[in-house]
Amino acid sequence: MAKHKVRLIARLDVKAPNLIKGVNLEGVRVVGDPNVQARKYYAGGIDEIIYIDAVATLYARNSLSDLVRATASDVFIPMTVGGGLRSIQDVDTMMRSGADKVSINTAAIRRPEILTEVARRYGSQAMVLSVEAKRLRGQDKWEAYVDNGREKTGRDVVDWIKEAVDRGAGEILLTSVDHEGMAKGFDIPLCQAVTAVVGVPIILSGGMGTLDHALAAIEQGNADAIAMAHVLHYNKLSIDAIRNHLIAHGIEVCRHNEDGN
Amino acid sequence: MASKYAGTTKMATKVHICDYGSGNILSVERALEKVGAEVVRCTSPEQLQDVKGLIIPGVGAFADCMRGVRERGFERPIHQLVEQGKWVLGICVGMQILATRSEEFGMTDGLDIVPGTVKQLPDIAPDGSRLKRPHVGWSELQRRSQPWEGSPLEQIDEGTAAYFVHSFHLVPDDPKHLLADASYVGTPVHAAVRRGRVFGVQFHPEKSGRTGLAFLDGFLKLVQTA
Repeated sequence: MAKHKVRLIARLDVKAPNLIKGVNLEGVRVVGDPNVQARKYYAGGIDEIIYIDAVATLYARNSLSDLVRATASDVFIPMTVGGGLRSIQDVDTMMRSGADKVSINTAAIRRPEILTEVARRYGSQAMVLSVEAKRLRGQDKWEAYVDNGREKTGRDVVDWIKEAVDRGAGEILLTSVDHEGMAKGFDIPLCQAVTAVVGVPIILSGGMGTLDHALAAIEQGNADAIAMAHVLHYNKLSIDAIRNHLIAHGIEVCRHNEDGN
Repeated sequence: MASKYAGTTKMATKVHICDYGSGNILSVERALEKVGAEVVRCTSPEQLQDVKGLIIPGVGAFADCMRGVRERGFERPIHQLVEQGKWVLGICVGMQILATRSEEFGMTDGLDIVPGTVKQLPDIAPDGSRLKRPHVGWSELQRRSQPWEGSPLEQIDEGTAAYFVHSFHLVPDDPKHLLADASYVGTPVHAAVRRGRVFGVQFHPEKSGRTGLAFLDGFLKLVQTA
């Protein structure tokens, strides 16, 4: 499979009105204003933005559309929005607010037909399956979780992704619950296990702490994109530094116009 | 910051958007406003008054977009604006419907403003590997026959990337109408065409970050000097 340019994505988990950051998707701390951070990453040259409403499923509500609308006024790159989207109507609301793609986890586990419905209406490229993967103790197998890594589903991650792609998912946001927020590197074997069996782009999420972690995700994990939170939110690494590190190792990344914004 | 763009120093430049029901045009509107445009969203041809620059957006299927343009009565007014030498910009499927015809789901007639055919992208890359369709993501813009000087691409450096989401592209009968290609894993994708004062871009300037804003600003500058 010919490989497209690797994308650098800022992942912003939101508990309205705040940008939050957890460890293993839990133990949440407030980091700042999501819209301010999104604008900052956009100005810094990020390729895409992902907003995830961290508590929407828990309380069965959508609070992101106002934020998405505000961000769409200033941020002119693709935006993926997820967290608590339960119906095609929820998806319509996000797309009308300025989202380009939606990411769905819990609702797809409960009713996989939603993947097909969204893909039919907006194209499979707009249907991002979000998977929260937790490694089974002592095995090279992962179980899919929902509700921010709180609840087991009994589904094998690789099997579930294969089914979801057949149903219309055009991209996978693959988050390791074990690695998330630890800044000790991505779950490379997880990414390898998934990229070995599916052809759609994989966004690897959870664990980025150093420049070499990004490189490993792409070179060893075969990820198509990396989602970053911790390193960006806490100003540990600049987007330029990450981009330049990848370029220095022969990875193809996007070049944006030099002219400021 | 924003003051470098057209319209922020002088009076805002007015552009009309042809809203024929092809879906969400919010991002296009916002991006145009960001670079200093006063956007007039037109849901019927009567609203096309005092037009200097026209934007034709479009997402989804070619046939649906053409049906929308016809049913809302935009087909003749668009041709008239082109004949009057107004600046026109088609975006994504809004670019594709400028062509003579499309091969998507059987043969469908287009506006025939840029002679050519809308064809599906190949599914094999030059190195023999399988090419994913749709082409989604950032691809670098490269020069073709038409000069970028005096076009909306003037402020853009060759080799910078723009954002694409598509499975078909406009192949002009005469390659001289090509303004830019993009390289998709080594496969040339037609990214921009020009015929006279009509431009079409396959990428989404409203989602292409600084590159996209510089492009829309370039279009506004042309409209401003009209």
